[in-house]
Amino acid sequence: MSARATRAWLLSTPALILFAVLLLVPLLMTFLLSFNSFDFYGGIGSDLSLANYAEVLGDSYFYEIFGRTFLIALITTLICAAIGVPQAYILYRMSPLWRSITVLIVIGPLLISVVVRTLGWAILLGNKGVINTALIDIGLIERPIRMMYTSGGIVLALVHVMVPFMILAVWAALQRQDPAVESAAESLGARPATIFFRIVLPQAIPGVLSGSLIVFSLSASAFATPAILGGRRVKVVATTVYDEFLNTLNWPLGAAIAMLLLASVLVVMLSWNRLVERRFGEVFQ
Amino acid sequence: MAFLELHSLTKRFGAITAVEDLTFSVERGSFVSLLGPSGCGKTTTLQMVAGFETPTDGRIVLDGRDLSGVPARERGLGIVFQTYALFAHMTVAENVAFGLEMRKVAKAERTRRIADALDLVHLSHLEDRYPRSMSGGQRQRVALARALVIEPQLLLLDEPLSNLDAKLREEMQLELRRIQREAGVTTLMVTHDQSEALAMSDSIVVMDRGRLRQDATPFDVYEMPQSSFVSRFLGKSNNLAARLGESGPDGAALHCGNVVLHGPKADLPPGPVEIALRPERIALTGPDGGKLRGTVAERVFMGNQWLLRVETEIGDMLVMRYNTGRREADIGETVGLDWNPADIRILPAETNPA
Amino acid sequence: MRRNGAAAIAFNLVFSLFMLGPIIVVIGVAFTPEGFLEFPPSGISLRWFRAILDNPEFITAAWISLKLGVAAASVATVLAVPAALAIGRGRFAGRDALQALFLSPLMVPTVVLGIAFLRFLSLLGLNGTFTGLMLCHAIIITPFILRLVLASVAGLDRSVEMAAISLGARPLTVFRRVTLPAILPGVIGGWMLAFITSFDELTVTVFIVNPSTTTLPVRLFSHITQTTDPLVASVSAVAILFTVVLMVLVDRLYGLDRLLIGEGKR
Repeated sequence: MSARATRAWLLSTPALILFAVLLLVPLLMTFLLSFNSFDFYGGIGSDLSLANYAEVLGDSYFYEIFGRTFLIALITTLICAAIGVPQAYILYRMSPLWRSITVLIVIGPLLISVVVRTLGWAILLGNKGVINTALIDIGLIERPIRMMYTSGGIVLALVHVMVPFMILAVWAALQRQDPAVESAAESLGARPATIFFRIVLPQAIPGVLSGSLIVFSLSASAFATPAILGGRRVKVVATTVYDEFLNTLNWPLGAAIAMLLLASVLVVMLSWNRLVERRFGEVFQ
Repeated sequence: MAFLELHSLTKRFGAITAVEDLTFSVERGSFVSLLGPSGCGKTTTLQMVAGFETPTDGRIVLDGRDLSGVPARERGLGIVFQTYALFAHMTVAENVAFGLEMRKVAKAERTRRIADALDLVHLSHLEDRYPRSMSGGQRQRVALARALVIEPQLLLLDEPLSNLDAKLREEMQLELRRIQREAGVTTLMVTHDQSEALAMSDSIVVMDRGRLRQDATPFDVYEMPQSSFVSRFLGKSNNLAARLGESGPDGAALHCGNVVLHGPKADLPPGPVEIALRPERIALTGPDGGKLRGTVAERVFMGNQWLLRVETEIGDMLVMRYNTGRREADIGETVGLDWNPADIRILPAETNPA
Repeated sequence: MRRNGAAAIAFNLVFSLFMLGPIIVVIGVAFTPEGFLEFPPSGISLRWFRAILDNPEFITAAWISLKLGVAAASVATVLAVPAALAIGRGRFAGRDALQALFLSPLMVPTVVLGIAFLRFLSLLGLNGTFTGLMLCHAIIITPFILRLVLASVAGLDRSVEMAAISLGARPLTVFRRVTLPAILPGVIGGWMLAFITSFDELTVTVFIVNPSTTTLPVRLFSHITQTTDPLVASVSAVAILFTVVLMVLVDRLYGLDRLLIGEGKR
């Protein structure tokens, strides 16, 4: 090994030890745990079997939860892209002063606890919440629309939580483009809409794709928002795992569900990456 | 024995040979330039002298001491980097003080030497400024003061002027030479700019593809190039393929296509050669005079001079004419070209054209 | 560059309202004089802010979160800076694998990390301890620091370090006097982002706390899922104020955009 490689490994050793002991080992143990049996009186057994996976994969209840989780994540991602791209472009074109104010407003909430932000949505979405009260007051509806404990409510709040990630990713991509290209397009006679769709959007695509990946994977494993807004009625995978671990105490089953979540998120991410590379690899190095 | 000696210095990176069998020396107090196109190995050579790269083979001897195995920090060399590499979080004075601190120079002496160094580069009034608030030329001077304050045995300059604009670059050439003379420090400069090397050096080492091509004074490198590469790399030159005939007492006959030219006596055996003729050595005569007839194809006015491209039967010739305020031959005009046969340089034919 | 048109400004306005809405609502509700969540509040009262003082468990939780954030961010910084210096400077065997490992906490769903830590710590009997919590947080926030410090290292001019070496500085001196000051903005930015992330973390933490180490987000979460009194709103309002102050501070010191995009713009 070269002197440089030795030095590099030496510098990384402290972090490597922490990650090996406290990340790789626990993940491996959880993987093994998912094969253990469980008994309400005897606790966790030491035998290994596929029984937990068979239970999850053989029960339509779990299919429903997984299906709901990924549908919520997918719709959240689509909405985030639809809102995030124009907003990032607007941000990109702002004057420095307005931009720094808007960054605080638009991206700042990222730094406020998800619990607090979701609490705000709970207050807004309840049957006697702000939105329903206002709609009834102005006479648009007679009875409150149910938004708490629905997938739609969860999607709405998740968009609020996730859209800053999309904006950041798209914005970063936009900043990589040569500021003169838009002027160049304009000098060649392109209208603003043409410039946006033919020049700006294609260059923003890598940002949209990486932003989508972040938003999708975070939405699929989101916990706080569905836990507060969905409660026991609208369960997603993360809240199901939580219940198995901290309420039912069936850790092996919970571990199996978690491993399936991990596997499916990784599969989605890797195939998304491959798709992006195959489709855009030549254009975007 | 010379002050700095490089003996058969070689550096390989895997299969690539960056520097091959390089031998040259630098006299005490002199200013030597390593000149060559990018990728010729000159920077790698500098890095080996500085101690940031380990030679694959060969030795570097400074003042009788073999530098092999001496770590960079103990070599005591002053280095001015291409990017200046100033410490952005330190003031000018703190930058200059750094090397003295490392040498544990006492406070009082430190203050005196910093003042002297800044005085030398004419920056005494800016000692409390930070680099980011300074111009390129000023940063350059700080870098120089920082390198010189430790009283280095050897000053290494890595493309020191390449980040300055053209006008400032010319000023700094003179300034750098003045500072080097005043400090009396032996200096090795790496550059790809031939005019910089010609203007500043006592001696130029021309490199190409990792090898030494010529090591001589600026005048000799320009006037007596020993290879086609050197003749073309320094200044402008008309290079033509020719066949060398038998040399007589008054010179050699050179066959260029159907034209026979006369050149000085050559040490080369008869056969294919390359001849080089500087554009400024060619005079224009009337269409019927001179040694060659041609048509002006292009004409560029450069202020103090004209540059003409003349099409002749042996190929295009560049001709440089000083602007004396008179009218110059127009495009399309037929002219005669004349020169002194002694100005022709006969070079070995290039075996592998670059 | 062309500036935004009227439609763009309107879009931005609506979007800003969408982003701020839930936060404004929480702050508004905190001032209600009533015993239930109402917005807009029927009056202005500090009743629920005073109530925080009667519920010391929130103050304790906030204090734990603060200590946890400082400790975890500091530990992670000490580990991540050398690793970033190693990874950020040229290739070596295993470099990509190391980088992937140190960034992997961003890839693994947090709920999976939570149960993995729970399983591991409870086997060691460390579950619910401050040390266990702190080390787990250090792992989760290391990627944030690593990314920012890597960006700083990438912007580092190697010849600056060579200059220091040529002037006679030893490796440690080079690091202390030249390298560290040059990457310091990235290190500080990374520490702050890491602190905020740790301070807000819920999904992992909820699995590995015990009543004596309950953090503020966990405390709030369990309170919200059990009862709905304006106390959670007033606590949240205080937390928002704290974050905003921190955010403005970060923005002044480092630039919020740079912090969140995670790459050196300049």
